Amino acid sequence: MSTLTSNRPKAEAPPLIFDLGQEGRANRYVEEGKPLANFLPASALRDELPLPDNSELDVVRHFTKLSQRTFGIDLGFYPLGSCTMKYNPRINDALAGKREFAQLHPYTPDDLAQGALQVMHELERSLSSLFGMAAFSLNPSAGAHAELAALLIAKKYFKDKGQARDKVIVPDTAHGTNPASAAMCGFKVISLPSDERGRVSVDEIRKVVGPDTAVCMMTNPNTLGLFEDHIHEIAQAVHDVGGLMYYDGANANAIMGNVRPGDMGFDLMHLNTHKTFTIPHGGGGAGHGPVGVAAHLVDYLPTPFVREHDGTYTLDFDRPKSIGPMRSFWSNFAHAVRALSYIYANGADGLKRVSQLAVLNANYVRVKVAEFLETPYPEICRHEFVASAQELKKETGVKALDIAKALLDRGMMAPTMYFPLIVPECLMIEPTETESKETLDHFIDALREIIETAKRDPESVMAAPVNTVVGRVDETRAARQPDLRWEPKAQ
Amino acid sequence: MYTPHTQADIDAMLAAIGAGSLDELLKVPDAVALKAPLEIVPELPEYQIARRFEMFAAKNRGVDYTTFLGAGAYRHYAPPAIASLAMRGEFLTAYTPYQAEVSQGYLQAIYEWQSYVCLLTGMDIANASVYDGATALAEASIMAINANGRKKILVSRAVDPNYRGVLKTYCDGLDVEIDEVAVSADGTTDLRELSAAVATGAYAAVALQSPNFFGNIDTLDAGSLAAVNASETVPIAVVTEAISLGALATPASWGAEIVAGEAQSFGVAMAYGGPYVGFIASTKEHMRRIPGRLVGKSVDNEGHTAYVLTLQAREQHIRRERATSNICTNQAHCALIATMYLALLGKTGLRDVAALNLERSRELATAVSSVDGVDLKFAAPFFNEVVVDVHGDAEAVLAALRERRILGGIALGRWYPELSSCILMNATELTSSGEIKALAAALGEIVRVHAHV
Amino acid sequence: MANPENLLYSKEHEWVKIEGDTAIVGITDYAQNSLGDIVFVELPRAGKQIDQFGNIGVVESVKAVSDLFTPIGGEITEVNAALESDPAAVNRDPYGAGWLFKVKLKDVNEKSNLLSAADYEKIAVD
Repeated sequence: MSTLTSNRPKAEAPPLIFDLGQEGRANRYVEEGKPLANFLPASALRDELPLPDNSELDVVRHFTKLSQRTFGIDLGFYPLGSCTMKYNPRINDALAGKREFAQLHPYTPDDLAQGALQVMHELERSLSSLFGMAAFSLNPSAGAHAELAALLIAKKYFKDKGQARDKVIVPDTAHGTNPASAAMCGFKVISLPSDERGRVSVDEIRKVVGPDTAVCMMTNPNTLGLFEDHIHEIAQAVHDVGGLMYYDGANANAIMGNVRPGDMGFDLMHLNTHKTFTIPHGGGGAGHGPVGVAAHLVDYLPTPFVREHDGTYTLDFDRPKSIGPMRSFWSNFAHAVRALSYIYANGADGLKRVSQLAVLNANYVRVKVAEFLETPYPEICRHEFVASAQELKKETGVKALDIAKALLDRGMMAPTMYFPLIVPECLMIEPTETESKETLDHFIDALREIIETAKRDPESVMAAPVNTVVGRVDETRAARQPDLRWEPKAQ
Repeated sequence: MYTPHTQADIDAMLAAIGAGSLDELLKVPDAVALKAPLEIVPELPEYQIARRFEMFAAKNRGVDYTTFLGAGAYRHYAPPAIASLAMRGEFLTAYTPYQAEVSQGYLQAIYEWQSYVCLLTGMDIANASVYDGATALAEASIMAINANGRKKILVSRAVDPNYRGVLKTYCDGLDVEIDEVAVSADGTTDLRELSAAVATGAYAAVALQSPNFFGNIDTLDAGSLAAVNASETVPIAVVTEAISLGALATPASWGAEIVAGEAQSFGVAMAYGGPYVGFIASTKEHMRRIPGRLVGKSVDNEGHTAYVLTLQAREQHIRRERATSNICTNQAHCALIATMYLALLGKTGLRDVAALNLERSRELATAVSSVDGVDLKFAAPFFNEVVVDVHGDAEAVLAALRERRILGGIALGRWYPELSSCILMNATELTSSGEIKALAAALGEIVRVHAHV
Repeated sequence: MANPENLLYSKEHEWVKIEGDTAIVGITDYAQNSLGDIVFVELPRAGKQIDQFGNIGVVESVKAVSDLFTPIGGEITEVNAALESDPAAVNRDPYGAGWLFKVKLKDVNEKSNLLSAADYEKIAVD
């Protein structure tokens, strides 16, 4: 039996918005409309509209309560490896919300949207220099979206050269979007095993590459937080057979002002500005995924491209070699405003400092955590590191999942669990540079206390979380008996 | 900026690590080390950043013009209550709700969003959002291909050209062909041509947009639906103006099995193109093929109602190369905004907005077609957009309107060469009668000048 | 749960019961235990031709997905329809009610490529 008594806040889920309200309890945001039948024949109109009418106060209370049942960076430490959950500066939102940005229609003629185009151009130029690429497209909406764009670029590039290449090489530590994106382009995925140092082995790469190699997708530092120190040899091996190197920019927070993917030999890359450049995660999006390329691939970037000439900016749609548009309009422009604002807040030296301190924070947490939890790669890491609860599981039965849930009880977010796949009972920890030493020490102490409790009273850890509004959710029931929406009651 | 470290902190932490300096932690091989100086924008103190962005903002003069721009991005009233709720830090700075116990608020909101989408479209299931309506169409097509294995998609030429462009980008990657169905003289899809095409059994799906790019109601009729069903082609409905769902017969009612749509009209800022919020909804039959996240209702270990991400085995972080899609980050925050809009407007408000859109666009249609030398191109019933024929150079007319600080619409010649004298115009609840009169008056002056002699 | 002696096994943790020129196929107790709560089984339709050890479907649990490689080749004659509403049967009774599909064998000699219960036991370890 657990020795931890449940301290669960007595807050049942608020009723669904559909179970509130009364028909006709409308808010007067617009004038009353005339009957729809005045405008269209009955056959074109819908019979009923089964949505609830709720007063503004009731809606405000409803969503305010929901916000209180949601944990964000604004509430506490969020050490999610590979997600870079750093502070989202408020100035960015204030600027993105300016009327002249928020209310600008995408089909506004170029000469009347020069400010927006200049923002996009400045961001594109800054990213290109920062990461050593010839140009970036701000078109894709997310990292995975940009990855797809990059693979489509590679596919078209080889098709234009008359080369049939259908293989994409992906390390076994790669994020799931890598092979998924490759499959969406009709590529076959070859998984490369990491060596005992957790890196991609140059010998393995040389065995696997050939005339059918299209792209090798990597990130550096890799998902174990380790710098791939043979990256230039790996790039050489891929280039020697005519293949392209793609950089997954998820870990870009570790390298700014220190090393650039372009200099490492990468031909294509993407960025997650909702990771490195502080765009808020907003519960899972909207993100923004600029895709960057070396000079020989610039013509293939998605359309349109922002051009500058003598201080005048235009959207260039005349791009015959482009893979085409990846999304309905030009970019997630509101996020381009946020990212550019963040770059202005730092400049080159500031961004270099960001990466330095991200790496400092990760190593500090690593050496402290290594005192009580196994760290399979006990060497200098970059912005994140992995710990393993495998030994703890053998000793006590307590798993990585249980440790994660116990952290929720202590007012912190859990690290990333069970990724990368090659480390059993994995916890991937990325503190980011915006956290103070006190916050890090608090996390380390909490984790130490959980491990000690696990050895003493494992069941109490396995019962976690007990301080959150709900306990562990029955995921099997959710999958076997899917209830994915509210249903109106039968009349 | 935003790094709280004092030198004392740094020294203490380096000592704990056993490193002498920050540089020691960031060693890279000389072959790849950064050597040249970076050329990026300079560091500015915050108040100067604000000033610089004021300068950018001032150059976006188009935002102050009278506007009739639509074509996939729509100007609607978003009650300020939305921003005040959506920008709460808990919602803004939360991650994807993988740890359900601390994400119940967001999960419930997304469950409500999924429900709203189903109620509006008449479908059984809806997902937690995709990037936008265009990628929703691409993903819906992939669902159909997975359903029946055919490698061709049929799409109406009356579907938004940007959407068709994105569909082509995705289909090129999958080596899937796209064929188009022509637009009839009345401004709707040629359903006889469509029926003949699907009868070949070659297409995985057929995609129609309603209201279509020209603003016209454009759905399958009984005969074409029968042809589509007989050939086991998946009918996809595209919706770019979500307000129309408040008034028009649902996509389900005319036989759609998948709905790919854009919910920007539900309170999401136009923001020069994004972020927006796409949705995919389908019948039960396609549930396991739906990409992206799904929120389900379940219970916790004490029997309390609890929400959780479910059916995750479809997604990239588990299935990897066998995933239904590579989508990871979606548009959760924009979906939250759309949910709040629908909650605040409700059935009554949404109906009123739809009715006003219908009314104002008819006022617009009447006013411009009363101008000598200008008439409506199409006869079909429309929602809130019309195609206006100026019988001359449409771009020149729009340029002249711009001199009068009016953004009159979008010239269609860039996508439809046969419509080079035509302009697509939109009116919403925010378009005033005064603005419509001003447009008509200006057109009157301009068309006289530009008329064919 | 012991692995029944009268069945043959594959390295991919499937079992097959051969009866003349037809066979029944399922996954082993070890497999269902590793996967956890099974939520969905994706199988090809009756009439489909399959090759021995070919990838023919998927078994989904809450947190994982596992490829199904058929231990024997031939034509699928029947698929266990009960699994659509009760995938948990695979967890409860992997050798009985949790059967996956039936096959009309192409070549009964393919069974020489399979393992006996004793040999399978050696590889069904964590």
